[in-house]
Amino acid sequence: MMLNLWFDFIEFLLPFQWAGHDFMKSALLAILLITPLFGLLGTMIVSNKMAFFSDALGHGAFTGIAIGSLIGLISPIMAAVIFSIIFALIITVIKNKSRASTDTIIGVFSSIAIALGLVLMSFGGSFNKYSSYLIGDLLSISPTEILILTIVFIIVIALWVIIFNKLLMVSINQSLAHSRGVNTLLIEIIFTAMIAVIVTISIQWVGLLIINSLLVLPAAGARNITKNVRQYTLVAIIIAVFSGVCGLIASYYLNTATGATIVLVAGIIFFLTLILKNKFD
Amino acid sequence: MEQLKEKNPQKIKSNENQCSGLCCTRVENFCVNFGNMKVLEDVNLHIHCGELTAIIGPNGGGKSTLLKAMLGEVRHSGELKYLDEKDQSSGQPVIGYVPQHLSFDTDTPTSVLDLFTACNSNIPAWLLSTKKIKTKVKESLAVTKAEHLINRRIGALSGGELQRVLLALALDPMPDLLLLDEPVSGIDQNGLEVFYDTVSEIRKKYDLSIILVSHDLDLVEKYADRVILLNGTVLCSGSAKAVFNDPITAKIFGLTWFKNRSSDQGKDDEDNQ
Repeated sequence: MMLNLWFDFIEFLLPFQWAGHDFMKSALLAILLITPLFGLLGTMIVSNKMAFFSDALGHGAFTGIAIGSLIGLISPIMAAVIFSIIFALIITVIKNKSRASTDTIIGVFSSIAIALGLVLMSFGGSFNKYSSYLIGDLLSISPTEILILTIVFIIVIALWVIIFNKLLMVSINQSLAHSRGVNTLLIEIIFTAMIAVIVTISIQWVGLLIINSLLVLPAAGARNITKNVRQYTLVAIIIAVFSGVCGLIASYYLNTATGATIVLVAGIIFFLTLILKNKFD
Repeated sequence: MEQLKEKNPQKIKSNENQCSGLCCTRVENFCVNFGNMKVLEDVNLHIHCGELTAIIGPNGGGKSTLLKAMLGEVRHSGELKYLDEKDQSSGQPVIGYVPQHLSFDTDTPTSVLDLFTACNSNIPAWLLSTKKIKTKVKESLAVTKAEHLINRRIGALSGGELQRVLLALALDPMPDLLLLDEPVSGIDQNGLEVFYDTVSEIRKKYDLSIILVSHDLDLVEKYADRVILLNGTVLCSGSAKAVFNDPITAKIFGLTWFKNRSSDQGKDDEDNQ
């Protein structure tokens, strides 16, 4: 019902050829829901130097999908979400308890996760079935998935209001956060769980290979040209949404993979901000 | 060493359960282990309100670790007690902390206002900031004469400016106990003295207990009410003069500093004449 309303609205607003297809309208809605979240979470991923970490979470999600479909759950995505949350928690806790280098720990878990995922998926020689998870297919998004996306969108925004200040403190300095009574481990766990959920549910549309760039690029670009948190957040969201919409339209006309096209647009914007960087300080 | 260890408990006993009518903070039997390594062993401190206590000691002597243990960031045994004027334990003290160096990404798009909002407000820093918050932050910054820095990016501040901002942050809300880890780099001598001046001014004004980890013995001598020599445990404590004249201090810091010190004093005398 709501979806039909959206379709009519788009038809009225955007009388272009690409907007004539229902799958494009669904994809546009999905992009408008998911890219702001990428921009939002990306700001703190970049600030916390967690780019490698979120990459590993993608691998965990991939394995989760493999496990989910192998044990034959109704929807592999639910199993994947649960698995990747657990995966994220394990890395976070070990990272905090162990004194080994964070890079090494993430590297170890990330490699094991992706290897396990590939082994499970190729089990019985049926890997082709899963290859869409590598590249992603945004145009195949279903109304139910859009509903899930909307719920996730609301939850993430709400959590972002609640934990952002604490997360910012942790990102600036752990000791500082600690001295202000912040439970740094708890905040980190909530944050990584949020990334895990977002990455997992969007991996089927964006693809494992490039999902991390969508998290990192908008924030990395915004960082170059902003001076405070408000600008940072706002610009990151604008870059993310703009690249999303441009990428979707471009991929329609160029007949290319949507996720990758979006990442290319974001990449170009990143280099533009890099040129502008010196003017901001 | 043996003698010193015996000496310490007596000193502490004489202060037992009395704060001379003032509030005080007590660190009791702090021990910290990293794996099998004993970093701190049986550390006891007694700090009166309004006193500036300096902790000195060699590198790796556990100075910063002690502060982190007091903050609860490093696992430790022993107790931290805060007693009010009537010698009654009033639970955990509010602790303000200025770290030695705030290692953060200097590219971070975070302004001083954002930093304060994140620490002291429930409204997320990425939403609109109200006038009320701004006024309050300005007031806090004014304590350390840093109100003009409110809209600057924290990564663009100089070492001294950042230290003033962090001090203002540690004083909002006003703590019972202020822990300062003196910066080793990034601040020139002049900046350091300005910082010390601000700290002692604040101490007098708000009757704060301050514990300062310091590497600059000249400034310690000038500003500290009490000095504690820490190397794994408290080796000696007392007035700056007493501690600096203790042979163990000379042994730990080497004789160079003390030679310079006496020649400095000689120079001062000449100047005075």
